[in-house]
Amino acid sequence: MTAQGRELGLGKDLIGLESLTGGQIEAILDTAEPFKEISERKIKKVPVLRGQTIVNLFFEPSTRTRISFEFAEKRLSADTVNISSAGSSVQKGETLVDTARNLEAMRIHMVVVRHGSSGAAKFLADRIPSNVINAGDGQHEHPTQALLDLLTIRDRFGAIAGRRVCIVGDILHSRVARSNIWGLLKCGAEVAVCGPRTLIPAGIKHLGVGRLGSIEEAIEWCDVLYVLRLQLERMEGGYVPSLREYNRVFGVSSERLARAGDEMIVLHPGPMNRGVEIDSDVADGPRSVILPQVTNGVAVRMAVLYLLAGGRPELAEDAKVGGS
Amino acid sequence: MSGSLLLAGGRVIDPSAGMDEVRDVLVRDGRIETVARGIAGPEGIPRIEVRGLVVAPGLIDVHVHLREPGAEHKETIRTGARSAAAGGFTTIWAMPNTDPPLDDPAAVGFVREEARRWARQGEGGARVSPVAAASLGLAGKQMTEIGGLVEAGAVAVTDDGHPIHDPALMRRLLEYTQSFGIPVLQHAEDMALSAGGVMNEGAVATALGLRGIPNASEATVVARDIYLAELTGGHVHVQHVSTGEAVELIRLARRRGARVSGEASPHHMALTEEAVRGYRTEAKMNPPLRSEADRLAVRKGLIDGVLECVATDHAPHHYEEKEREFDDAPFGIVGLETALAVCIGELVQPGDLPLFDLIERMSTAPARLMGIDGGTLRPGSRADLVLFDPEEEWTVDPANFRSKSRNTPFGGWEVTGRVKRTIVGGETRYEDGG
Repeated sequence: MTAQGRELGLGKDLIGLESLTGGQIEAILDTAEPFKEISERKIKKVPVLRGQTIVNLFFEPSTRTRISFEFAEKRLSADTVNISSAGSSVQKGETLVDTARNLEAMRIHMVVVRHGSSGAAKFLADRIPSNVINAGDGQHEHPTQALLDLLTIRDRFGAIAGRRVCIVGDILHSRVARSNIWGLLKCGAEVAVCGPRTLIPAGIKHLGVGRLGSIEEAIEWCDVLYVLRLQLERMEGGYVPSLREYNRVFGVSSERLARAGDEMIVLHPGPMNRGVEIDSDVADGPRSVILPQVTNGVAVRMAVLYLLAGGRPELAEDAKVGGS
Repeated sequence: MSGSLLLAGGRVIDPSAGMDEVRDVLVRDGRIETVARGIAGPEGIPRIEVRGLVVAPGLIDVHVHLREPGAEHKETIRTGARSAAAGGFTTIWAMPNTDPPLDDPAAVGFVREEARRWARQGEGGARVSPVAAASLGLAGKQMTEIGGLVEAGAVAVTDDGHPIHDPALMRRLLEYTQSFGIPVLQHAEDMALSAGGVMNEGAVATALGLRGIPNASEATVVARDIYLAELTGGHVHVQHVSTGEAVELIRLARRRGARVSGEASPHHMALTEEAVRGYRTEAKMNPPLRSEADRLAVRKGLIDGVLECVATDHAPHHYEEKEREFDDAPFGIVGLETALAVCIGELVQPGDLPLFDLIERMSTAPARLMGIDGGTLRPGSRADLVLFDPEEEWTVDPANFRSKSRNTPFGGWEVTGRVKRTIVGGETRYEDGG
């Protein structure tokens, strides 16, 4: 029962958005639409993935993404097992390839994997016949995060094409930034990045994005301001002198937002460092769509699970009423 | 008669004599006796028809990791020397980053004697010359007892695997080694600039979300070492040059007369960072595969002779060590058994380097540069020879390697130029299909 999302040609796995087309991405978002409604019901469950076993394999701590996947799986009636391991597989003593073989021996259908090393999701996908969904691999991709971001932008503006999106902050270490860059570009948005030069990776322009020098410039230019979390370690690594300095130069404040266009919205993948990359009055203010992002996360993940399990996009509407 | 044979009718390429002619080569008692036309075979000396084959001085690789002692699951002195012979090499230099490292005379003597012991038992390959550690424990602090190490057989010093970071230590090494006439081999890398890096810094690393190693990490150390070589008059040899910046620095320094040399690896001339896509750990090495511009610069450096020699940086790893997340896989690839064919394909076939010059870069030049025997068919010299078919096409199949390890990015490549026989001291140490 690991049919392949055949209608869309998604293949067996969802490793990243780099390999998808704009059409495929929009189709995933379309598929998410009918699933939104299920979460608004009193009884939030449909039998679409009944009998499917899904392993949530988290080698890195995660609260939001893991819980979002788990809700998505449970609302589709899948059987789920959570495996969390603080360290990497190597520290744990078992290699990732052995982990993969053991999972396979237990005859599962899907693996949702989060891992600290770039490429780990593909590594796993290449070695097991089950569907693999990347829930974040190192600094490479986090495709379901970008899909929920795209859905949120589409909800607000009706279309992604033609919108100007600026991603602000630690681009260098961000898988969220990479997946969003691919997804946004493929869906026809204009994309720029903004942040300290220490955190903008080499060759970023080859990915097809512009670079804006200041946060003020970014705010004036964009329709969507995507604010990334600044990890505390970046200060220790010498990339920025202090969090206070970061907030002074790149922090998104309501004063700075005064120069924004009327329709401009603010996204953040969470968890937020209030007072560092984003001030509380912005996070809680009228331009923020941070909580709708979280809500959309469940719908998008339901869509991805449904499609990889062999569901057809045009049947998603039927799926939600219970027939599959 | 052991160590004696007549190689008849081959195309003899001897860069040391400017020769590229059909000739016979008579080997007697492990030494070259005559290179001439129509030698009548003396009684009792086997005559081998080698028409169509190139007969050349045996290849020399000054940069090989044999892993013994300490990591015999990856390679041993025996398997590494045999792998070298299968690639046409008759002399290889074994790097000291073993466990324990080659930082005392006993360890250096062990490597040399182990190779000789296997040769005596008929299991020999290329000659193995140990390179000693430059600092105790490769720790970059205290100089090793270089005099004693040279007596035990060391031909050079290096901390390869690690750079010699401390500029004062590098200066002292470049001064002290002059008493022994040996070079300091430098793995040029600023570890602070490359910290955490696993591939070339650039667009591919950005797309893959992998930490990058910038070109400046190599170039800054090369620049520093050039000034130290000029200060001291010592000989610094830059290992596995990977960047256009380093090639340029060496070019300019040589013009000023500094004793700076460099080597180019086949993989840095044949591949770029694009080979890493898909998180292919068999394309993970240090220095990393660089940009296309760097690849072309290294290639041109070798063609111009700014980089005097080809060296493989043969770095065997067990398959399960490479079957890992990219970040966790070790750096390095094997190279001895593919070097000649990859270089023919990348340099000779496109018409950028005559075969004669390639032989020079892989044999005569490293011998001259490092002041060692080999690289010549001059009468009286040791009969170290390679015989290869420059036209034969074959497919690289790592399963057939003599090496214990299979970690190559060239698996499945259709290549041209196949080693048919490797002779060390008049003794055949490798024969294709034999």
